[in-house]
Amino acid sequence: MTAANHKLRNFKDALMQIVALLCAIIVVTPLVLIFYHLIKLGFSSINWAFFTQLPGPVGEPGGGMGNAIVGTFILLGQAAVIGVPVGVLGGVFLAEYGSPKSSGWIRFAADILNGVPSIVWGLVVYGLVVVPMHGFSALAGGVVLGLMMVPLVMRTTEEVLHLVPAGYREAALALGVSKWKTVLQIVVRTALKGIATGVLLAIARVAGETAPLLFTALGNNIWARSLTQPIAALPLQIFNYAMSPYDEWHRQAWAAALVLLLLVLFINIGVRFLTRDRWKAKI
Amino acid sequence: MTSAIINRETMEQTPITTALAVRNLSVFFGANEVLKKVSLDIVPRAVTAIIGPSGCGKSTFLRALNRMHELNPEARMTGEIRLFGDDIYARAVEPVIVRRRVGMVFQKSNPFPTMTISENVTVGLRLNGVRDKRLLAERTEQSLRMAALWDEVKDRLNTAAISLSGGQQQRLCIARALAVQPEVLLMDEPASALDQLATSKIEDLILDLKKKYTIVIVTHNMQQAARASDFTAFFYLGELVEFGTTTKIFTSPSQKRTEDYVTGRFG
Amino acid sequence: MNAIAINVNRKSSGVSHFGDSTFKWLTLLMALSVFVLIALIGYELFVGARPSIQKFGWHFLVSSSWDPVNGVFGALPYIFGTLVTSFIALLIAVPLSIATAVFLTELAPLWVRQPLIMFIELLAAIPSVILGFWGFYVMVPWLHDHVYPLLRSSLGFLPFFQGADHGPCILSAGIILAIMIIPIITSVSREILRSVPGLQREAAYALGATRWEVTRIAVLSYAKRGLFGAVILGLGRALGETMAVTMLIGNAPYIGWSVFAPGQTLASVLANEFTEASDPLYSSALFHVGLVLLGVTLLVNALARLLLVTFAGPGMKPQH
Repeated sequence: MTAANHKLRNFKDALMQIVALLCAIIVVTPLVLIFYHLIKLGFSSINWAFFTQLPGPVGEPGGGMGNAIVGTFILLGQAAVIGVPVGVLGGVFLAEYGSPKSSGWIRFAADILNGVPSIVWGLVVYGLVVVPMHGFSALAGGVVLGLMMVPLVMRTTEEVLHLVPAGYREAALALGVSKWKTVLQIVVRTALKGIATGVLLAIARVAGETAPLLFTALGNNIWARSLTQPIAALPLQIFNYAMSPYDEWHRQAWAAALVLLLLVLFINIGVRFLTRDRWKAKI
Repeated sequence: MTSAIINRETMEQTPITTALAVRNLSVFFGANEVLKKVSLDIVPRAVTAIIGPSGCGKSTFLRALNRMHELNPEARMTGEIRLFGDDIYARAVEPVIVRRRVGMVFQKSNPFPTMTISENVTVGLRLNGVRDKRLLAERTEQSLRMAALWDEVKDRLNTAAISLSGGQQQRLCIARALAVQPEVLLMDEPASALDQLATSKIEDLILDLKKKYTIVIVTHNMQQAARASDFTAFFYLGELVEFGTTTKIFTSPSQKRTEDYVTGRFG
Repeated sequence: MNAIAINVNRKSSGVSHFGDSTFKWLTLLMALSVFVLIALIGYELFVGARPSIQKFGWHFLVSSSWDPVNGVFGALPYIFGTLVTSFIALLIAVPLSIATAVFLTELAPLWVRQPLIMFIELLAAIPSVILGFWGFYVMVPWLHDHVYPLLRSSLGFLPFFQGADHGPCILSAGIILAIMIIPIITSVSREILRSVPGLQREAAYALGATRWEVTRIAVLSYAKRGLFGAVILGLGRALGETMAVTMLIGNAPYIGWSVFAPGQTLASVLANEFTEASDPLYSSALFHVGLVLLGVTLLVNALARLLLVTFAGPGMKPQH
């Protein structure tokens, strides 16, 4: 190996390190920029009116997104009612009762579901709920978000349960505790934090979904009165306002985007903070 | 207290001198015959050590005694095991019941991480419906005393169980197993993960416990078997080679294989 | 012989057996819901698309006339738009993602890794509509003013960069898609690079190789198939993306060479036109579009999973 060759190799090495660093910086930049712009453009519009008032007349200043915020929570509540029990119990089956073959097939099906584009889910629930009900509704919106949560929560629950050491199950069974009590009160209890994390992340994920709501919840400009009527939701409202020609609505859309982003990021950062011990090991 | 079979009509008592009567026990994992027609009698209120080189079937034998093999879908057993006269594998008998009468302590201590010390001790009772707080507290102290742990933890019963040292955790697991008042206690290499000091504490504990409990202990440590047990069973390649008093097995065994093993010629 | 064993703890066993089987069947039922959902999805899409399938058949995939007024529907422009925007996204995202993954696993000092990983995972959590919103009002005007003219003047001899743009266009959609799929490609690649056995690296180091050479020889080439799987996974994500693309693509069916032209994807035409579809055949054609989208996405995801499993074994889970 000659000195020149040595120098060239070292140069390439240093160059590649710089390139990798630059790429990492480029990758992070959009997040920083988005935050910056959302705060710059939206922060000033966040006021009491924003959270409590209904949208004003088209294009006129004033009004808020109170109904959209409430609507999002109503939809998420319904989604959790569907997604959490089915997802968690299904995950329990996969981890604790399923034979390798049957669990394999169920897991495969769940992974397929996780790959279905969200707008296709919207089409499906349109046919399933909106058509029979002869109209768009909050119920349809809750159903589509809930169904989307099921395979997500199922897989994360299963993964977390697998992490519980076999020794705990054995010890409980050796004490003469029946299997279902062992699973519920020992295994699930040990993994509870992880399961809750999975559920929260799934909720954060569906909270930001717009596409499936386009054909189910549709959106609304009044306070939600019943589950069988269309309902407003933050992402929907952002979309409609953003694509409108009115500056006033753009202003509010920035505020809404900031609120939605903060909500989603808050949940994401929050769960990471709560499970930081497990997280630390994964560098 | 001796156990006896009482004939309801004649009120005749036939004393049972065997805690666990094992007859022709064979265990299969798939097509593999891991235990071959083992027969022996475990004497009540004594310590029986199960020794042998790795892979000889010691742990398999132990786990057959509390039906733990049923957790493994590939496992199959033939033969009979009677616990104080009751067939533990009878169709009408549920494994859950057997395991309340035959407790187990594992090689690696595994106190439940989300529970405190006292919660760990009483978990077997609570999950089986016992609610009486006074009874639970009594049982907690009783079990921890029997496990020689009471003095060390009596002031911090409500702290996390995993804050204890390795040796203490193992004694906690023993207390946990004792709290449901089993008749027999199975121990699968209970001290193998512990240091010398903790190990000798466990051995002292065993000598104390045998006054009330029947103990079967699997160990790969022959000195431990010689020190702590009254009877010894030597297994090799799935077969029971020899069973007798510990003194006999270690000083004048009948089988050559036994002699080779205890004198360290192999294993 | 009547026998009594003197003992305690002989509680009845019937209760626990009932609890055990009830609980097991309950969890089984919940787990089987996934099959029910798949069946529902297939059923709804097929039933919804049936009129269109019956009328157009396979022709639907190759025809480019989308004429709601006269009831003629062909999805080719949307297939084209989907493929082109995804391809552009991959072109941009893959080098950036893999370089970042390499940076994270091989080169970065430890104190940088955690925060960087967190940043990337937060990027993945940003809702699509917010990215589209920001993209439309901030990124695209900037691109339109500063980047596209540059591309046009320097690379305008290529048919890709010819023609005027109004901001939202195929390239804009491709760029925002790239931002959206970078996190998943990066994190899966990271897992793959981490799973390369240390022995491989050590062997290279022992030969006196530099850090970059070790990465190139021992890590990247060993992990090739897995990395390819990560890329295909990113593709699967890109194909299904709706909101950000809808807001940035310009919404006009287009087949041609220029990336500055407005386009339309399978997902964006659904978002734009479904609620406007006035007659049953129109709706059916859109269901048909949904069916095509689902089919393509499932195929791509299956391919990705195949690659990842054959590289790293069943332990590799596609993350969503």
